[in-house]
Amino acid sequence: MLLESVLECGDRVCLEGNNQKQADFLARALVQVDPARVHDLHMVQSVLSLPEHLDVFENGIASRLDFSFSGPQGARLARLLSQGRIQIGAIHTYLELFGRYFVDLTPQVSLIAAQAVDAQGNLYTGANTEDTPVIVEATAFSGGIVIAQVNEVVESVPRVDVPADWVDFVVKAPKPNLIEPLFTRDPAQISEIQVLMAMMAIKGIYAEYGVQRLNHGIGFDTAAIELLLPTYAKSLGLKGKICRHWALNPHPALIPAIEDGWVESIHSFGSELGMEDYIRARSGVFFTGADGSMRSNRALCQAAGHYACDLFIGSTLQIDLAGNSSTATLGRIAGFGGAPNMGADARGRRHASAAWLKAGAQARAGMGGAGGTPRGQKLVVQMVETFREHMQPAFVDRLDAWELAQQSGMPLPPVMIYGEDVTHILTEEGIANLLLCRTDEEREQAVRGVAGYTPVGLARDQRMVENLRDRGVIRRPADIGIDAREATRNLLAARSMRELVLASGGLYQPPSRFRSW
Amino acid sequence: MSGMETLCYELLGSRRPAPFAPVLVGVVASGNLEVLVESTDSDRCILRIDTSARGFGTIWEAVVRDFHGRHRLAGVALTIHDMGATPAIVSLRLEQAAAQLEEGRA
Amino acid sequence: MIRMSYAECSARQRLSLLLDEGRFREWLPPQARVMSPHLAQLSMPCAFDDGIAIGCGYLAGRNVFVAAQEGEFMGGGVGEVHGAKLTGLLLRALRDRPSAVVLLAESGGVRLHEANAGLIAVSEVMRAVLDVRAAGIPVVTLVGGSKGCFGGMGIVARCTDRVIMSETGRLSMSGPEVIEASEGVEEFDAGDRALVWRTTGGKHRFLSGDCDELVEDDVQAFREAAAAAISRPDASRPPTLDALQREHSALAQRLAVAGTEADAISFWSRLGVQGAARVPDLGVAAVAALRPRVAAMLAG
Repeated sequence: MLLESVLECGDRVCLEGNNQKQADFLARALVQVDPARVHDLHMVQSVLSLPEHLDVFENGIASRLDFSFSGPQGARLARLLSQGRIQIGAIHTYLELFGRYFVDLTPQVSLIAAQAVDAQGNLYTGANTEDTPVIVEATAFSGGIVIAQVNEVVESVPRVDVPADWVDFVVKAPKPNLIEPLFTRDPAQISEIQVLMAMMAIKGIYAEYGVQRLNHGIGFDTAAIELLLPTYAKSLGLKGKICRHWALNPHPALIPAIEDGWVESIHSFGSELGMEDYIRARSGVFFTGADGSMRSNRALCQAAGHYACDLFIGSTLQIDLAGNSSTATLGRIAGFGGAPNMGADARGRRHASAAWLKAGAQARAGMGGAGGTPRGQKLVVQMVETFREHMQPAFVDRLDAWELAQQSGMPLPPVMIYGEDVTHILTEEGIANLLLCRTDEEREQAVRGVAGYTPVGLARDQRMVENLRDRGVIRRPADIGIDAREATRNLLAARSMRELVLASGGLYQPPSRFRSW
Repeated sequence: MSGMETLCYELLGSRRPAPFAPVLVGVVASGNLEVLVESTDSDRCILRIDTSARGFGTIWEAVVRDFHGRHRLAGVALTIHDMGATPAIVSLRLEQAAAQLEEGRA
Repeated sequence: MIRMSYAECSARQRLSLLLDEGRFREWLPPQARVMSPHLAQLSMPCAFDDGIAIGCGYLAGRNVFVAAQEGEFMGGGVGEVHGAKLTGLLLRALRDRPSAVVLLAESGGVRLHEANAGLIAVSEVMRAVLDVRAAGIPVVTLVGGSKGCFGGMGIVARCTDRVIMSETGRLSMSGPEVIEASEGVEEFDAGDRALVWRTTGGKHRFLSGDCDELVEDDVQAFREAAAAAISRPDASRPPTLDALQREHSALAQRLAVAGTEADAISFWSRLGVQGAARVPDLGVAAVAALRPRVAAMLAG
């Protein structure tokens, strides 16, 4: 078998488990390798998505892992770790892991997925290019071996995404590689509370700071924001003043805003199933090749999100009194994905924008010394309902991350976004502006002040919270000029998948699981 | 283990709405609730809550007190069938109910 | 003009928007607290109206009796009280002779928690519907909620004079999950939503003759279609032996046309629809345009 002759014990192997695209045929092949001949592989990969990604550890083929995200396999990963079947080097954010491919985690063998190969051996990765360029660059130019699975063999590829002389072996897979539609959210599932929070985000933050360049973490809350642009945001006269440039996967929920002329550009980490024809038809907005299909690139989009965006907004599972945010829960090791990178202040940034300067000024007003040196700051917003499903509070005194770290032998608690980088916390109760807090005590009460009826919220110092409200550190919907009763689903530019399809002029073709007509 | 919990609150109020026909807001469904508002003779705001999510009495009390702090209704009885709605939804439905009283929609 | 999605609305919102404004009078309203004794015994949450609002009102000036099922409460399942309200409405129609009875159906069928009481309730509804039709009072069913109209209520719908559906609506007997559970995923994949909708959805029912009218997912569209249905000269079509026999031969003809086709797309092709695979993506007007030719094929 090819893999058995190519792989050596202890090799660092990168297997394309991307966020969306999976080299599933090669993953299954790897699982079948004879562990007596090949063992102790060190897997370096972005995402643990398929069962096979952990089977290799259970089968004794691999023993060590460095990765970024493992959402679907989080529980099993935790179990394997506790059984001693796997050693975790570290959990990374995507761009950080990619960086290490060029320093101390260089892959010796990479197993990648492409759409097509031509007679010369050039590869076409198409709309879901994702992590492939950075993986191949690191492997091919360090003497490593690149093995690709492809969906089809063609005379000539629509465009060359990976030149032939960077690739060593190509195999045609029996079935097209798996791609998950992770960025599709059915508008029918958006609740009134999420509409309210989206209204607050738009009026209380986007309008306040004039946010033109941004990234949305995936979720129903951000989908609500996207669907309120052509309606609510338009009624506030914000068209042209916010949301013109995006580092974002092609979210179907953004279709109405694109059609209404809000969006000038979108660069994407990967594509989204069903959006291919729409993207082709909107090549003036999306990054597309001369062949018409999207060219995505996770590494470059992460860099764009870090340095060229003025705002990141996303959801989380837990927030503590310092504003530290984490999705770590006991019994599951889920990792981070791109959030730590998107949700971090970009200290290397030097170019100014109005939003960045305003945030930076608010953070440093009245401060002296090193911390008070004038600079801008990225807006990092954590948007979360105070209670999650089963009445689990989102606000806690101590993150589960601490206990998980202890259980798993991690050197640090897996915090997704540090409180020092969080600039705003937005709940159905209002917005806490942490940029205006000057002490840990103020920060704690600002968090409690928007934590509603959770135990953290009920334990607030009422007088301090009122004082923070007077100063504008906490703003309730009424303070922002929003009547909660106006927050109905009728404000959404599309309220169903069917309406998204209609908004796209029939170009968007949602996968079957999203149909209801 | 199934079972319902019943919570009752009586709060002295000062704002008595004009006579009204009963008002219903919301629907009994997972994560949701229905609120029936009826006119009474008393000087209180009376709330009775039947909920399938047990053990959240402290939170209900806080939500009810805050609601009463905003409206101070008298001569009103609110009966609630709850199926695990979060405080955010509960507050929203209570506000919707109060708004219907104000608008005199009977 | 803002389109008000029928599927999005609650039962009461549909009633208030469907009927002539301000003229709905509810019987056994929420404050009467006529609720399910069975759910109370099971310590489960009850609804003040047991998931159905009944009463009388006006539709384009004609007086109608109406019932609207709340799909969000227990999946719209018919329990003893819920069913009794529906039966009572129909029996009262025999006495008061309104212009029509309009059912806004959204239900999974019998409320299983109430077991035999629910089954009996549904059968009483069926009998009452047929009695009302026999008395010359039209009974029209609207199907457009996201939960669909399944089980015993699916049968009730087809016992009425006319059925009006949106493409979002679904009408059938066994639910998709039930079919998959009993017959296996190869036979019917309930997770393949496109399959579910082209098997039980409004477009298919319209083309195959199981529903009389296809409308947009819009309360105004349902209102107009319902008003037209109750005011046409043949609004009432009392069930007679002749009518039943005609129905049976139409069904036999349909079965003959379908042959062994298992999928709606093949069935539509056999009915003479060009580009049948695109039907699920067509708009209401385009599908309506297909109906005359399809109906001709089914008439043999």
